[in-house]
Amino acid sequence: MSAALQTDFSVYVRPAEGDAVRMDLAIEGVDCAACLDDIEGSMRACAGLVSARLNLTTHRLALVWKPQETDAGVLVTALARAGYRAYPFEQSRVEAEEQKRAQWLLKCLAVAGFAAMNIMLLSVSVWSGNSADITPETRDFFHWLSALIALPACAYAGQPFFRSALAGVRARKLNMDFPISLGILLALTMSVVETALHGREAYFDSAVMLLTFLLAGRFLDQSMRRRTRAAAGNLAALKGEVAHRIGQDGALVALPVSALGVGDRILVRPGDRIPADGHILSGASEVDTSIVTGETMRVRVGPGTRVYAGTMNFDGALTLEVTAAGEGTLLDEVARLVEKAGEARSRYMRLADRAARIYAPVVHVTAAATLLFWLVAGAGAHDAIIIAISVLIITCPCALALAVPAVQVVASGHLFRAGIYLNAADALERLAEIDTIVFDKTGTLTLPDPNVSNAAALAPDLLALAARLALSSRHPLAMAVARLAPDAAPFEGAEEVAGAGVSVMLDGVEMRLGSAAFCASDAAAPLSSPDVSLIHLRHGARVAHIEIRQSLRPDARATIDSLRARGFDLRILSGDRLEAVVPVATQLGIEQAAGGIDPAGKIAAIEALRAQGRKVLMVGDGINDAPALAAAHASLSPITAADLAQAQADAVFLGERLAPVAQALDIAMQARALMRQNLGIAVIYNLFAVPLAIAGHVTPLIAAAAMSGSSIIVTLNALRMRGVVRSDARAARPSVPLALATRERRT
Amino acid sequence: MNVLIYLVPIALALGIGALFAFLWSLKSGQYDDVEGTAWRILSDEDLPE
Repeated sequence: MSAALQTDFSVYVRPAEGDAVRMDLAIEGVDCAACLDDIEGSMRACAGLVSARLNLTTHRLALVWKPQETDAGVLVTALARAGYRAYPFEQSRVEAEEQKRAQWLLKCLAVAGFAAMNIMLLSVSVWSGNSADITPETRDFFHWLSALIALPACAYAGQPFFRSALAGVRARKLNMDFPISLGILLALTMSVVETALHGREAYFDSAVMLLTFLLAGRFLDQSMRRRTRAAAGNLAALKGEVAHRIGQDGALVALPVSALGVGDRILVRPGDRIPADGHILSGASEVDTSIVTGETMRVRVGPGTRVYAGTMNFDGALTLEVTAAGEGTLLDEVARLVEKAGEARSRYMRLADRAARIYAPVVHVTAAATLLFWLVAGAGAHDAIIIAISVLIITCPCALALAVPAVQVVASGHLFRAGIYLNAADALERLAEIDTIVFDKTGTLTLPDPNVSNAAALAPDLLALAARLALSSRHPLAMAVARLAPDAAPFEGAEEVAGAGVSVMLDGVEMRLGSAAFCASDAAAPLSSPDVSLIHLRHGARVAHIEIRQSLRPDARATIDSLRARGFDLRILSGDRLEAVVPVATQLGIEQAAGGIDPAGKIAAIEALRAQGRKVLMVGDGINDAPALAAAHASLSPITAADLAQAQADAVFLGERLAPVAQALDIAMQARALMRQNLGIAVIYNLFAVPLAIAGHVTPLIAAAAMSGSSIIVTLNALRMRGVVRSDARAARPSVPLALATRERRT
Repeated sequence: MNVLIYLVPIALALGIGALFAFLWSLKSGQYDDVEGTAWRILSDEDLPE
């Protein structure tokens, strides 16, 4: 039935120039330049196409076509024939805003760079002329020329700092941009006054150079964050969840999940994830709700039952009516808790802002004291003011303002390559302070999808046949078996009997995989543990019981051991029942494990840890974890987590392994050490520069050299950061999580 | 030093010209995909057949 099914892309199609329309697609599996020719070439061969352009940075394809000559479905099919899966993609509001801001910062940087170069040209002439034979007229001319360039350039390129400083003042929170803005404005004012008085020295070059350095740092910081966000946006689109809507006439239309509206009727087939919250109109099935509650025991559902997005439908086809989250539902409760829990974290103050809070008053008091000192010492008012302002200029926190962003750029680059995407800008600093780690069990310590757990005890040839046969079924347990043979082709002529199993004739011998009754197998086969599901196999006279259970992430034990060895306090807080939690805790050697905890309980546990003065990292994936993720000092989610949980997490990690948790902490701690070093360097710089300025020896040449020197040292220091070990880079970076990839391949 | 009267405007005009060229390239989307552009130059797709 899926072959004849039509996919409705209309929500993603937007009008373009003329009568053409446009759609953006996230493309899976673009990893080299050859894909560029492949994809654009195969698109150009389609009639009616106006343009196709693949963006290799974001892995997105922009298609423009004439709607009367072709349609989106044809184009996506053509892409699929070329071997690329494409998913309609809509840029999120946040991403669009970040892109706008990046363009703005780049424009400011261009203006500041242009001004800095031209003014430096004039300044060098003045500096060399001052020690030779420059005439005062020529010097004044050069100074006025510098002012002509510097004033408009600073008015334009300084906006990011001025606005942020103003916002800070309004909120009565002093940030780093305040001393920066003050320094720039004072330097410009003093230089204009000095120029008008035919003075020897002006600081136009310092003000503009400072802006250029800071804007470069800010732009890099922002573009790293943007790249992370684009990658995360693609992953969301690549999940590519499709819902099957039942139209007025009873026909099925496949459409992207985001296009579903309240009141739509949808069909959920066995083995599908339920795409939206709703209540069941007809059908009965078992549903795995582990992504919502952490509970691994499946729940029977029937007409009238409320089901949640993300849960897995097992046996029967269900017809749902989509509903919004209503009063009194679990989602409503979770959303309320999330809102409350996030408040504590928003009060967190960043390292740079804490530094600014100490720094700004000290510097301003020093400048005032310098002014008083020189007045008392008998210098004229003009000289005293010039010296006081030069103290402010030389201490203008160029190195200090770059100290943190420079490290942040390098660190988030390392995280990106390790398959960890940062959501929050201040997450690195919070991650570095962690001393206690709380894990959710289901989907976090264990893999999100169940796996065959007794493969070693079964005959390998029988298991290989079973895996090939399982490829013909959509049942989640069969899919776990099929994952053992990801590259095999399904048997021809295999037949699925709904609710029972699959069978095929092999060389005249029938092979069956499914329920005990279907395989005429021993229904009362002993279970090795209560959380195991059995799938039976019969091939002629041979019978096997395949055990399937939630298994631990492959490196869970090693990662937990290394975290414990490094002195972290490890705990498990699970929504699953205690009997299911205890075996996992024992296996990993975690003593503090609790089960059967609801979302409010998780928050309470985390608040209790916080009250003991601990900094808690929460690692979780379920909707029930979302409030705890928001409440904890820092939080991580696997990419397979529910959307609500991902939105609360500070960072999302890819892949099947748990190692990214340790890597994220590693990189964050290194980053914090480097940030502190950089702040130290900035302080040492000031220890040398400030006495010189107080003594009245700072000339524009010294100011320019000191500022660029300290900025470069701070940036180089940030580049010293080591990345994570690269040997596991491939394992950590599949373009789609493994579990999802397997599912996609077979649909 | 009379040479400055025309040298300085020329220098400024060149600088401003470069600035506008950059702003134009930014506006026309040439910085949207810096990675792809590097590879596109190697592609023969745009050659006449």
